[in-house]
Amino acid sequence: MASFSFVISPHDPLDHNLRSRNIPPMFQEGGSSKHILGTDPIGRDLLSRLIHGSRISMTVALISLVVGTLVGASLGLIAGYFGGYIDEVITRIVDIWAGLPYILIAMIIVGAIGASLPTMVVLMALIAWSPFVRLVRGDVLVLKELEYISAAKIAGASNLRILSYHLLPGTINTIIVVATFSVGQMILVEAFLSFLGAGIPPPTPAWGSMIADGRQYMRQAWWVSVIPGIAIFLVTASLSLLGDWLRDYFDPKLRQRAWE
Amino acid sequence: MRAFIIRRFFTSLLALSVATMVIFGASRLLGDPRHNLLPQQGYGFNEVEWKKAGDKLHLNDPIPIQYAYWVYDVVRGDFGQDLIDRHRINKKIVPRLWPTAMLAGFSWLLATLIGIPLGILSAVKRNTIWDLMGRIVAMLGYSLPTFWVGILLILIFAVWLRWLPAATMGTGGGFPLRHIILPAITLGWVAMAGYVRLVRSSMLEIMDSEYIKLARAKGVSENVVIWKHGFRNAAIAPLTYGGLLLAGLITGSVAAETVFAWPGIARWAVEAIWTNNLPVLVATTLVFTVAYIVLNFLVDILYVFVNPRVRY
Repeated sequence: MASFSFVISPHDPLDHNLRSRNIPPMFQEGGSSKHILGTDPIGRDLLSRLIHGSRISMTVALISLVVGTLVGASLGLIAGYFGGYIDEVITRIVDIWAGLPYILIAMIIVGAIGASLPTMVVLMALIAWSPFVRLVRGDVLVLKELEYISAAKIAGASNLRILSYHLLPGTINTIIVVATFSVGQMILVEAFLSFLGAGIPPPTPAWGSMIADGRQYMRQAWWVSVIPGIAIFLVTASLSLLGDWLRDYFDPKLRQRAWE
Repeated sequence: MRAFIIRRFFTSLLALSVATMVIFGASRLLGDPRHNLLPQQGYGFNEVEWKKAGDKLHLNDPIPIQYAYWVYDVVRGDFGQDLIDRHRINKKIVPRLWPTAMLAGFSWLLATLIGIPLGILSAVKRNTIWDLMGRIVAMLGYSLPTFWVGILLILIFAVWLRWLPAATMGTGGGFPLRHIILPAITLGWVAMAGYVRLVRSSMLEIMDSEYIKLARAKGVSENVVIWKHGFRNAAIAPLTYGGLLLAGLITGSVAAETVFAWPGIARWAVEAIWTNNLPVLVATTLVFTVAYIVLNFLVDILYVFVNPRVRY
């Protein structure tokens, strides 16, 4: 049903031709044609900042997602397959990790080390990996009871081979769906961190900090805060719809036919 | 049952210890606390003062010992001094805990009262306006950044329409309804979205199951069928969702309190970060973590009582 999986991205692939203009003139009404979306309090064109900011958000989100996926899915496979003590330990760690208020800890760390692209990526990868472990492990627990796994074992396949060649393909669907949803969440988290001032430092535009910049001028220049938020929403919502669609696509008989 | 409770208790204890270690480690990462505590003299710090403070704060001992001292202090209720105004932190915690709890509680209530019925309606009246509304609410809750929602609400309701106050808790006595509404919507929306989705899919699943068909075949009225099962799901949903919900409320209150200048713990924590106020930061993070672990523990116990099919 959710067959309209549109992926709107304000990210303009011709971005390299568009330069953020850091001109200091006064800000204008949102209706001017020279600055389509208006300008921010110190005169920078909002649309350009939006586009450049999307690069940052996307980059951070995607890289941290990839790292988080690799780590999380591997741990999930291992935990599910080997079971027993290893499983217990891994699950405990994930539970404890989920219990920490990561926003505050992330901010402490950023306060200590200073914000930069690598730092942000690492921090967010740390948030990303938990859902993967749980869900992949769940999948593996189901899959490993299937006969072709026992057949492989009897045929003498090594554990590594079983994991990568037999189990992994079975979990790929789940991984893809979770990954799609997670990208959206990563973008939201990155926006929140930069809103609070713990993201990439100032001149570089990031949607969250753009929203923060506009707070003082809400009465006169509401668009500075509102528009980046709309951008965030569009990206996250389309990713979320994409995820829903993917999930339905992979298993139409899924119990969550709620979304038909 | 009892074994489960005991096991859960020890797990929680373990989680608590690990969390405190992480927090402690992170706080030490922020650098030598003497930088913030001692007054600077010209180009550096007074040597003697430095050493004295170092001894007093046990900074010359190995890290595990420092950790032990810290835990000892915390357990006795001593969180140290707020670096800004030099007051003892422990006295400042409780007055700020109350607003946060109130906001979180009210938001949760809002989310439950609107979310669950909406989820039920959405499932029962599929492909009608209710269904659409439910799914839109859910999608929005999932994709809108919380802090932005807060800003938007302030813009629409406080700046443009002037119906509701824009910030803080207000100074009137009694329950600050007008002030709490906007922050509560902001905070509660994500939870509401979760409830709608959860309840909707549970209801759909139940409604197609065998015993419902049997009930209908027996001639039980549609309403009874719906409400009997709707309520059963409504009871389980908040609990199943509980742990995630708590984590979401914690993160969300950081957003909501910052945007609405709500005088709670979350905002205090954020300010502490902005002003490099380490002791406060450690104390607030600790409070959040402890609250999360304790509440999670309670929710788990409750869940076992409510749903006897669960065996651990």
